[in-house]
Amino acid sequence: MATKGKYNIDFLGMRKLAMGFSLLFVTISIASLAIRGLSFGIDFTGGTLVEVSYQNTVEIEDVRNTLSAEGYKDAVVQYFGTAKDVMIRVPLKGKEKGALVSEKIMRSLHKKKNEFVTDTDPISKEQTCSVKGQRQVCLVQMRRVEFVGPQVGDELANQGGLAMLYALFGILAYVAFRFEWRFAVGSVIALVHDVIITVGVFSVFQMEFSLTVLAAILAVIGYSLNDTIVVFDRIRENFRKLRKESPQEIMNRSINQTLPRTILTSLTTLLVLISLYFFGGDIIHNFSVALILGIVIGTYSSIYIASPAVLMLGISRENLLQVKQEGGEKKAAP
Amino acid sequence: MNKYPLWKYLIILAVIVPGFLYALPNLYGEDPALQISATRTAVIDESTEQQIKSALTDRGISFFALQRQENGIQIRFKDTDDQLKAKEVVEKELGEKYTVALNLVPATPAWMETFDARPMYLGLDLRGGVHFLMEVDIDGAISNTEKRLVSDLRSGMREKKIRYLSVSSSKTGGIQVIFPDQERLAQGLIAVEDDFTSLSAKEVEKDGKPTLILRLTEAAKREIKDTSVKQNMTALRNRINELGVAEPIVQQQGDNRIVVQLPGIQDTARAKEIIGRTATLEIMMVDEKNSGDIQAALEGRVPVGSRLYRDRHNAPILLKKGIIYSGSNIIDATAGIDSRNGSSVVNITLDARGASINQRITGDNIGKRMAVVYVEQKSSIKKDEQGNVVVDKSGRPVKVKSRIEEVITAPVIRDQLGKRFQIEGLDSSKEARDLSLLLRAGALAAPIEIVEERTIGPSLGKENIRTGFLSVTYGLAAILIFMLFYYRVFGLVADIALVLNLVLMVAVLSLFQATLTLPGVAGILLTIGMAVDANVLIFERVREELRNGVTPQAAIHAGYDKALSTIVDANITTLIAAIVLFNFGTGPIKGFAITLSIGILTSMFTAIMVSRGIINKIYGGRQLKKLAI
Repeated sequence: MATKGKYNIDFLGMRKLAMGFSLLFVTISIASLAIRGLSFGIDFTGGTLVEVSYQNTVEIEDVRNTLSAEGYKDAVVQYFGTAKDVMIRVPLKGKEKGALVSEKIMRSLHKKKNEFVTDTDPISKEQTCSVKGQRQVCLVQMRRVEFVGPQVGDELANQGGLAMLYALFGILAYVAFRFEWRFAVGSVIALVHDVIITVGVFSVFQMEFSLTVLAAILAVIGYSLNDTIVVFDRIRENFRKLRKESPQEIMNRSINQTLPRTILTSLTTLLVLISLYFFGGDIIHNFSVALILGIVIGTYSSIYIASPAVLMLGISRENLLQVKQEGGEKKAAP
Repeated sequence: MNKYPLWKYLIILAVIVPGFLYALPNLYGEDPALQISATRTAVIDESTEQQIKSALTDRGISFFALQRQENGIQIRFKDTDDQLKAKEVVEKELGEKYTVALNLVPATPAWMETFDARPMYLGLDLRGGVHFLMEVDIDGAISNTEKRLVSDLRSGMREKKIRYLSVSSSKTGGIQVIFPDQERLAQGLIAVEDDFTSLSAKEVEKDGKPTLILRLTEAAKREIKDTSVKQNMTALRNRINELGVAEPIVQQQGDNRIVVQLPGIQDTARAKEIIGRTATLEIMMVDEKNSGDIQAALEGRVPVGSRLYRDRHNAPILLKKGIIYSGSNIIDATAGIDSRNGSSVVNITLDARGASINQRITGDNIGKRMAVVYVEQKSSIKKDEQGNVVVDKSGRPVKVKSRIEEVITAPVIRDQLGKRFQIEGLDSSKEARDLSLLLRAGALAAPIEIVEERTIGPSLGKENIRTGFLSVTYGLAAILIFMLFYYRVFGLVADIALVLNLVLMVAVLSLFQATLTLPGVAGILLTIGMAVDANVLIFERVREELRNGVTPQAAIHAGYDKALSTIVDANITTLIAAIVLFNFGTGPIKGFAITLSIGILTSMFTAIMVSRGIINKIYGGRQLKKLAI
């Protein structure tokens, strides 16, 4: 039984290198988070987002001027996908009724084109406007409006942070229950590593961090753990089966044995996510970026971070056998 | 070896057959339809149905189904052309008491609907529409109540001839009543305890004068919170009805928030205007002297000092000009049962001002009738005969303001009335309930504010469906091809399991009518990617065993056996993350968590049980030299 598998790579021998590598990225991420921070979406900051689509290409500068004239000097205007689609973001302002901002913006954009919205065509679903008494398809079409008031923004940010903690605690408890505390700590270290670097990338490149990105990161926690658990499972099995080998050898062998699966599953998951990235539309863009990043980093960490962490915490064969045979009667000595 | 007993195959069938059945409705398209509902208290019955039917037949518009529903009628058409023509006809026929909304309804065959098979329920980001989160200002409602109590206390103590120096809102919260001496304070305390049960009293000394500090009890505050949220929801429902939205949602969220979802609405400006509108009630006297002369009034000879109104059944009624008091004087109106004869009644409570006017007027007018008139300002865009929008010189659409006035009830005054009174003689408890809702609509509701808005234009919704569908198709195709090449026969089995997984997910989503959002589609896609993981785990294990020199049959057995606990562990941890997501998430995020959780559960079934079943059918109980893996 248990002959050498297809692969025989000394992963744990590279742990110093991997740790250094990870440490570098984690440091960069934390530094960037501290210095540049995250470019939070309006889900968290509150404010108004309006996405409009023009019939013809439009100059960002024109849109910005129109909005400035309306009193929105601090509006952020950028293209969204094509040069016909524009996304406008306006931060919350002191006294103004936030819910009315989007209307004012739409009205000023229509006015600039000398058109007034009349109704929506029931079949084509396009807004129709009157231009000098003529009824026609509006030159500016409202695509999407999001408004988040200050009450809601804070709440979402708090809830998001809490959710992350709950997920980590739930996982810590489950892994500790099924395996051993060292494994639980090892997997959580790997998860925190994944989350910090994924969020770090969003900070470094100042990509918008919205509620859906947060959801993606929570999903990454689940996924990355999935990978780690599979390796841990094999380590546990091998600890029980192979009596003569050192913990490091056992871990190496376990990682190698599960390597084809680790790579394959990451590959299939990446396949669908790439499909989501390219075909899923603009709204889901950052969501798929977060997932793709998280899965690449999660795969790496389940090989190079989780197991070495468990090893460094001083795992031995006895730890696992005890858990199996005697429950927790004799506390494992570190 | 590797043979499944018959009952296991039966279990697989028992899951998969209903799975297909419940997933099936999603393959049928949608029919254009009209959704007709009554505003306020207009009724929809057999005659309305007949009226619509004959109007449509007269104009030669064909429809293939007309269905009466809980509070409306649904008519289906072959194409949107008929639908649009019909909308005009029906609107004209029924008048403004009914709203006619364009809708798309699932074209699920009737036999499927008999066992509740329906297509998935699409979220707003997939079908377009408006989502509002509104917050009811509870503090505002409480301070409104306190203001009202201040005047009620004054009149209450005057009535009981208790002398006081002042009643006012205290700066530190609550109401302070200052008395000249201790004796009066004792009288006042008794009066408060008797008549103002919503207040708790504390005696203090203020500037040397005995003072009562009155505060709303916790129970009273809770009551205010509940009623102000409920009241706002009722008012919102009534107004939204008018927008002509096919399937609006008005729901309480948390303590003091209301979610309003209007699928298919694009004109948010109008939606906000209507939502923000308030209805009022005006209480007037019926012109009894000239009531015999209704016919003359109908012909245009309205008596001086009176006006002609219509009631809910469109019957004419003459009212004397001049408002006695208005709906803002009504604190509360609840439906109830008269304890004496068991008939349905509406109990009304007035504030101090309303009560004193009521006392005076009713005392003088016993035996006469008093009318409650529902008034609402309505503004709409003017359209010409052809249904085109009328614009002014600068090209701006012309808005027409109209005032809806309707006599909702005109009961006879039997007695001198005060603060609390009853409207009796209602036909049913439903009528009492409707009337109480209408009466409350004019009452002073707590201020409400939009704290979140998410609008997706219908065109974007359409596009989101398309992109979601595309990404699932391509993602799935990529995995199917990949697995087939990499694992050959076993890959084919995994592919079958994967497709079944997708079918089961769709079936579960349809069955529970969980909302499918764009992130939800991403969740489906992610689970497709991850669902093959179970099969990859198993197949890699089988390969490993084969390399170790185990016989093919034993390798299959060991592969499934040993991978099982790993699969369960891995999936449970992902499930933990999904459940956390579900609990904290709102709207779209919830959609993601739902599809992720469902996907994890169904994939365990298909990847383990179904794939094993197929593998056993192919390889089980045979002498094997090689496996195609």
